[in-house]
Amino acid sequence: MDTHQYLEMFIDESKEHLQSCSKHLLNLERNPKDLGIVNEIFRSAHTLKGMSATMGYEDIADLTHMMENVLDAIRNAKIHVSTEILDVVFHAVDYLEEMVMDIASGGTGKKDVRELVESLNRIEVGGATVESAASATVAVKEDYNQKAGLRFDQYEMTVINQSLEQGFTTFEVTVQLRVDCLLKAARVFMVFEIFEKLGEIIKTEPDVQYLENEEFGEMFSIALISTEDADTLRSKVMSVSEVENVIVVPVTDDYLINDNQAREVEVSKVSKVTESIAQEVNTLPESVAQSGKREGTVQSGNKTIRVNIDRLDILMNLFEELVIDRGRLQSIAGDLHNPELTETVERMTRVSGDLQNIILNMRMIPVETVFNRFPKMVRQLARDLDKKIMLEIVGAETELDRTVIDEIGDPLVHLIRNALDHGIESPSERIAKGKPEEGTVTLRAYHSGNHVFIELEDDGAGVNRQRVLAKAISNGIVMEETANSMTDRQVAELILSSGFSTAEKISDVSGRGVGLDVVKNTIESLGGYISIKSIENEGSLFQVQLPLTLSIISVMLVELDCEVYAIPLSSIIETAIIQKTDIMNAHNQKVIDFRGSIVPLVNLKEIFEMPKQNDISGRFQSVVIVRKGERLAGLVVDSFIGQQEIVLKSLGNYLQNVFAISGATILGNGQVALIVDCNALIK
Amino acid sequence: MTEMVEQKELKVIVFQLVDKEYAISVDVVQSIEKLLSITRVPKTPSYVRGVLNLRGVVTPIVDLRERFGLEVKEMDENTRIIIVTLKEYEVGLIVDAANDVLDISIESIEPQPEVVGSVESDFILGVSKVGKRLLVMLNLTKVLEPVKRSLSDEI
Repeated sequence: MDTHQYLEMFIDESKEHLQSCSKHLLNLERNPKDLGIVNEIFRSAHTLKGMSATMGYEDIADLTHMMENVLDAIRNAKIHVSTEILDVVFHAVDYLEEMVMDIASGGTGKKDVRELVESLNRIEVGGATVESAASATVAVKEDYNQKAGLRFDQYEMTVINQSLEQGFTTFEVTVQLRVDCLLKAARVFMVFEIFEKLGEIIKTEPDVQYLENEEFGEMFSIALISTEDADTLRSKVMSVSEVENVIVVPVTDDYLINDNQAREVEVSKVSKVTESIAQEVNTLPESVAQSGKREGTVQSGNKTIRVNIDRLDILMNLFEELVIDRGRLQSIAGDLHNPELTETVERMTRVSGDLQNIILNMRMIPVETVFNRFPKMVRQLARDLDKKIMLEIVGAETELDRTVIDEIGDPLVHLIRNALDHGIESPSERIAKGKPEEGTVTLRAYHSGNHVFIELEDDGAGVNRQRVLAKAISNGIVMEETANSMTDRQVAELILSSGFSTAEKISDVSGRGVGLDVVKNTIESLGGYISIKSIENEGSLFQVQLPLTLSIISVMLVELDCEVYAIPLSSIIETAIIQKTDIMNAHNQKVIDFRGSIVPLVNLKEIFEMPKQNDISGRFQSVVIVRKGERLAGLVVDSFIGQQEIVLKSLGNYLQNVFAISGATILGNGQVALIVDCNALIK
Repeated sequence: MTEMVEQKELKVIVFQLVDKEYAISVDVVQSIEKLLSITRVPKTPSYVRGVLNLRGVVTPIVDLRERFGLEVKEMDENTRIIIVTLKEYEVGLIVDAANDVLDISIESIEPQPEVVGSVESDFILGVSKVGKRLLVMLNLTKVLEPVKRSLSDEI
């Protein structure tokens, strides 16, 4: 079977199922008695197994198969949930994730799962030894390819049992095609199509691949889980032409047991089947009419479509073009002073503004896609560190642009590791401080204005002012004299500076030389900002502020010797016009006194190698005050042009890493303006 | 007649720098533009003239005269910008004039003679004689190696 066209869907769905596996496993660990959760996991694992087997990824199928066995044993109370068992299951989920990722990146999804399969097996054997029956079924099955009639293996039976419990009925449907039927595969397909609308097909006899290759006689059987009744099913299938006969038999509990334990029952079943043929043929015409009425009400799926992200990117690019032309129209209208033109342009600006919102929204995905790998990570880390930690996630549905989502994962991992390792104290320490034994880490995401905030709050030790200051002084990050005048907040933010690590011993979790400064740099390169609030012994709050999107940003356009540069508004604090006499010299560095603090001046003309230097004749100087974290700098420019929304474009692969330039944009007049990278200008 | 068919032909664009004619395969040429306004990019090698807006794409522009260490000339109405597409990027080349599109046979391309002029020999694939004209075939991948930060820092 050519499965290529389903690959994308397979990968997406596998990821979803694995995610739900991990989520429920974590739940299960907290409530080991709740067997409902086991059912959830089982369902996900089972679907995954089915899908991967169909797609031909046998290693995945094998592993899920073993996982199911263990889960089944848990569900039947043969094994009790313990951390050790869950560890192995978690490990299996990790493996599965790796394999799916491998497939997604074009690999074969093959991986050596033997060891893991073995350890799963050991757990399972430790609990029960029913499995041998199931493997026997597999062996027997081969001989039955030509013969209709279904036998179910262990998992299928569990699924059937489960659906019975939930009020679904499982039917065994035997379809007989006419002897002179020409396109058997096509008929099979039509039958399948009908069933897929009515319920879920869990098994066919012979296998789907035989059916598709027309390698069967006139009969085939399908096991279907559905809420419909037998009559409806039959009549629907009978409506397919060239179908000679359809037999629908509900599968019941006793049937399952009988089927599994004694194969002889088969004979009697066949006779039962023949009886029902006679009955059902009689009732046929009525039910056909009935099914016609139903058709209309069945279809009510949810109204979403999956769109390839590339198409959205193309849409975004086209829209960017439009934004550029919009800017051009605005400037033309501004020059011409024609009221009608101005009005039309204003209208167009509004409409395209709405359009911009919609397009940006389409590219938004919930931050959940990043967050949902954290619970498992926290669990593992907490175990490694011998701490009791509870992770709370709030606002996982908050949406962010895909480009931001792709970048934000690693910094968050870093922050969480830091909070777990340095923030939360060991249980004994916590009890001594009168805190609950279990530490709480809250990960929160929310929108505010044009930004998204992601906060990580812990109720741990907080930042120890004395220790941080001592360390900062010894590392030469701050002067001893200035240390005392620093606010608690400033001190807390010292831990983000490079070359800083307060962990007294280097642990495996964090503090392997890569400090929080990496986090800070990544976030700032995204146009974001990170701040820390911390109260000693009560906990800390890391707040990350991120722009909603990276592709359209607001900038301040400035002029430097007839060249136009754009400075992102996100890094501008304010603009000022200062008197030249206010410029002071300190160590060959020009500085100004700006609202009480000393701000160094950066001469952009010098940095951008412009031939003409500042003329000294004028009395005033335009300065843009920008910040990088807490540090400020004043960029000396010739004049301000104004604020504008621009489309961020890269300089391409030919010019790599141009100093202090983060990209380019196209202005309304078609000219290219370069975007100043303020982070590079401030050390 | 049969000989004609067997001969492999290569379509090239011929352009002029100072007094020599150069050729690049037409396959890599995306378009030929007249003068457009170029935005200078600071802290790049001198042969990078800057970037321009080519129908919405920010395209870097290289002055071939400077790249080859020839004397720099002001742009005039004959000056053309040839936009070439390499594997990972597009670059515009400033040339004195774009003269011709020619079919030359691959066999006619010879390794370059020892003395060809001031152009670095790495940049040259070979020379081809078409009638009385001598065309220098350029190796664009070498001419247009990406500009990295380290390079611009040295300057």
